[in-house]
Amino acid sequence: MKPINEMKLSFEGRSCNESFARSAVAAFVAVLDPNMEELSDIKTAVSEAVTNCIVHGYRDKIGTVYIHAKIFEGARVSINIKDRGCGIADVKKAMEPLFTTCETGERAGLGFSIMGSFMDRLRVRSKPGSGTSVTLEKIIVSKGK
Amino acid sequence: MPVDIDIDESSVTAYLSGEIDHHSAAELRRTIDEAVEHAYPEVLVLDFGGVTFMDSSGIGLVMGRWKLMRDISGRVVIENAPKAIKKVMKMSGIEKLVSMDDKKEGSFV
Repeated sequence: MKPINEMKLSFEGRSCNESFARSAVAAFVAVLDPNMEELSDIKTAVSEAVTNCIVHGYRDKIGTVYIHAKIFEGARVSINIKDRGCGIADVKKAMEPLFTTCETGERAGLGFSIMGSFMDRLRVRSKPGSGTSVTLEKIIVSKGK
Repeated sequence: MPVDIDIDESSVTAYLSGEIDHHSAAELRRTIDEAVEHAYPEVLVLDFGGVTFMDSSGIGLVMGRWKLMRDISGRVVIENAPKAIKKVMKMSGIEKLVSMDDKKEGSFV
């Protein structure tokens, strides 16, 4: 299906850009008139995915984070967030609640749980050495209500 | 991400405001821990009344402070968390470790 609107964004994976990334996606979906909860769900899920790219994908180096967001008929939003970082060896393991490889940074290990529960659909594709791609989908039902 | 700290004889209160993410959490952590390590309070109150956004970094922040307070035999109380922030916290089961004290019910920000 062809999207009725789309936007692409790429930016340096610096932590100060986490706020920029979620705000940019929120501004893009605002045309669908989501309510505060839907908007907050999307911002939170995007923030988790972008933070994963920065903290896990690129670890100690600065790489580029790519966002490709699409809007389809029926107020369906699809947001792809990817990095060309280290990749995940065991995606199933990484998606388990409370699992984290980060011992020092006080990461809760809940990123994928939040993405999965705050959005309608979550797909993760990853290849060690070439990066990780996360696709988030949500249908905006509220029309501002 | 600013934080105001109030210290009295038995408690440290951190008034958090703005957005809590991986970027802002590091500084919050430093500021709160400095106050706790200075005052050794019985209670650390984290007031989320002014917080407009929080992702799982906020859960990491609360869990880390819970460990810190546990080490000095103290406890953590969360106050005034808006609905959106509570929704994130509920993912973690953190309400089993810290008490959620609602003086006023926050709106969905």
